[in-house]
Amino acid sequence: MSVKLGVPSKGRLHKGAVDWFRAKGLDLGGSADGGRGYTGAVKGIERSEVFFLSAGEIPGDLASGRIHLGITGMDVVRENLSDWRSKVGELARLGFGFADLVVAVPTAWIDVDSIDDLDAVAAQFRRWHGRRLRIATKYHRLVREFLGEVGVADYQLVDSRGATEGAVANGAAEAVADITSTGRTLEENGLKRLSDGLILRSEAALYVSRALNLGPVDLETLSFIQSKIRISGNGRE
Amino acid sequence: MPREPEGTKQEAERIFAVFKAAGGIEFDADILQPAGIQLDLYGEDIRSRAFVLNDPERGELVLRPDFTVPISSFHLSDCADSRRYVYAGRVFRRQIGAVPRPDEYLQVGFEDLGRRDRALADAEAFALVFEALDGFEFRSTTGDIGILKEAVEGLDTTPRRKNALLRHIWRPNRFQGLLEQFSDDGILPALDRLVRKVKKIPVAELAKSGGPAAGERTVAEIEARIEALAADAAAPPLEKEQVKVLEAIVRQRGASPIALESMRKLERDLPGIKPALDRMEDRLCRLEQCGIAVDALEFDARFGRTMLEYYDGFVFGFRSPTDFSLPLAASGGRYDALTRIIGKGREIPAVGAIVRPAVLREQASSG
Repeated sequence: MSVKLGVPSKGRLHKGAVDWFRAKGLDLGGSADGGRGYTGAVKGIERSEVFFLSAGEIPGDLASGRIHLGITGMDVVRENLSDWRSKVGELARLGFGFADLVVAVPTAWIDVDSIDDLDAVAAQFRRWHGRRLRIATKYHRLVREFLGEVGVADYQLVDSRGATEGAVANGAAEAVADITSTGRTLEENGLKRLSDGLILRSEAALYVSRALNLGPVDLETLSFIQSKIRISGNGRE
Repeated sequence: MPREPEGTKQEAERIFAVFKAAGGIEFDADILQPAGIQLDLYGEDIRSRAFVLNDPERGELVLRPDFTVPISSFHLSDCADSRRYVYAGRVFRRQIGAVPRPDEYLQVGFEDLGRRDRALADAEAFALVFEALDGFEFRSTTGDIGILKEAVEGLDTTPRRKNALLRHIWRPNRFQGLLEQFSDDGILPALDRLVRKVKKIPVAELAKSGGPAAGERTVAEIEARIEALAADAAAPPLEKEQVKVLEAIVRQRGASPIALESMRKLERDLPGIKPALDRMEDRLCRLEQCGIAVDALEFDARFGRTMLEYYDGFVFGFRSPTDFSLPLAASGGRYDALTRIIGKGREIPAVGAIVRPAVLREQASSG
C-alpha cells in the first residue's frame, strides 16, 4: 500500500494544486498539465502516489477510499456526495480556484432583484405558460437544497450540457444557477445575479477520505505529508 | 441499500386484508406511469426523487412514485359515484437524505373518493389505519391544512397577497417571511424603487428598460408584474390583530378538543375560520363515534405543512413513540384540491392513507 493523492489533471485547479504543494516544499512531479490517469509520486516521500484525475471524479474516489487525499473544488464535493461530511474531511481551504455558485436571471427582468421575486415570477410563469419556470444548472443537488431552504416553488431544474450561461439565450431555460468568479460571463450573456442568490462561495480545498484503509507505515506517511503542509487532525471540527 | 426487514411481505398482506375487509375494490396501477401528470402535481422535492425513464414511443415515464394519482385519475375518468380503492404494491422514490432508506418499498393504502360526508370519511380513514396498526406502539398526530387555508382566505388584504401566502403554506419559512413582509410595507426596497418610477415612466416603457427579453418570459409578463406590484404597494399592511390570529393558528398544538377550543376564541378577529373549525368539530364527533379517544388525540397545526403539497384538509400520521429516526409508519389526509387539477376543474371529495409495512417491521424489531 501507499498513500494516494488525487490532484486535478488540468486547468486552474491543477496549476493551483501543484503550486500550493510546491510552496510547502512538496513536488508532485509532472508540473505541466499531465494527461488523465497520469500517475507520479510526491518527490522525496516514499510510498506515496499521485493520481491526476478530473476534478469531478475526485469526490467519488475519496468516498470509496480509492484515493486517500484529494484536492478539488468545494462545490464539486458538495454536489457529488450526499451527506459529504460523513464521507470526506475538509482539511484546508487552499486560497485558489475561487468561484461563487449563484442564481442569475435575464437582465431584462427589471422586476426581479431577489429570491423573493424569482419565486413570485415562477408562480406568474406557471399561470401564464401552464408549466414550471426552468432553471438550467449542472449543480442539481446544491441548487435544489438552496431553493428548498429559501422556499421557492413552481420551478424545474434542467440539466445544462455545455455552457450553462448560454441556456437562457438559446431558449433552454428562463434562469440559471452557475459558477461565476467575476460575473463577466454572466453579463456577456445578458444575465444578472440575484442580490440574495449566493448558493455557495467555493474555492479549492484539500480533503481526506473517511474510508481510509491504511497500514501503520502508510499512516506515518500520511501524517508526514500532513505535517509538511502544517495541517493536523482529520478534518472533523 | 438496507434490505427490507423480515416479515414485511406478511405484514403488508395483513394490513391489506384489514383494509379490504372495510370494503372497496382492489386496484393495481402500472409500475410505469406517464411522467407528465405525475410529476407536474408534485413539487421539485418529489420530482427530484422520481425515477424517470425515456421511451422513444411513449415519451417520459416514471416508476410509480405513489398510487394516489393513478387511482384518482382512473376514478375521475371512470365513474361519478363514490368508491373505495384498496391497493398494495411497490413505490419508487430516490432517497437523497443523510440516512440511507430503501428507494423501493412496499406501500399498502386506500383511497376513498366521492364521499359527500367528509367528516365521516375523514374519521373512518383515520380509524381504519388505527385498526390496522393495532398491537403496535405508536404516536399519532393530526393536523388540518384547511384551517390555515381558510384563515388566509379570510384576511382583509389583496388577492395577490392571499395567493402568495396560500401558495407557501407548505413552505413554512417562506410563509412566515411573507407574513412579515405583508405586515410591514409589503414591498422590498429594490422593487420599491422600481414601483416609484411607475408614476413617472409608462409601465410599457419601464418593462422594456432592462433590455431585450430572453427565455420564454415575455415583456408583457414583466409589464403585468410591475403593474401588480404597483397596485399592491398601495395596499395597506395586514391588520395586526389578524396577523396575531394567523400566527396563533400556525402555532396551535395540543389535545384536539383543547386546540379547537382555543382556536374558537380566534373567530372573533378572523370570522373566516368558522367553517373550517365547524368541520373540525364535526370530525372529532365522528372520530369519537368510530371509537377514537379524541381527548388524547394530538393536534399539531404544523403537521402536514412539510409533507406533500396535495393534502389540503385533515392530515394525520403515525410514528414510533421511541425511535425518531424512523419515518412515519402510516400517514394520510384529504386531498380534494388534487382531484380538481386531475379532473381539470371537476373536484370531488377525496381522502386516503398509506401504511409502510417495512417501517412497522423495523419498529417491531427495534423494540
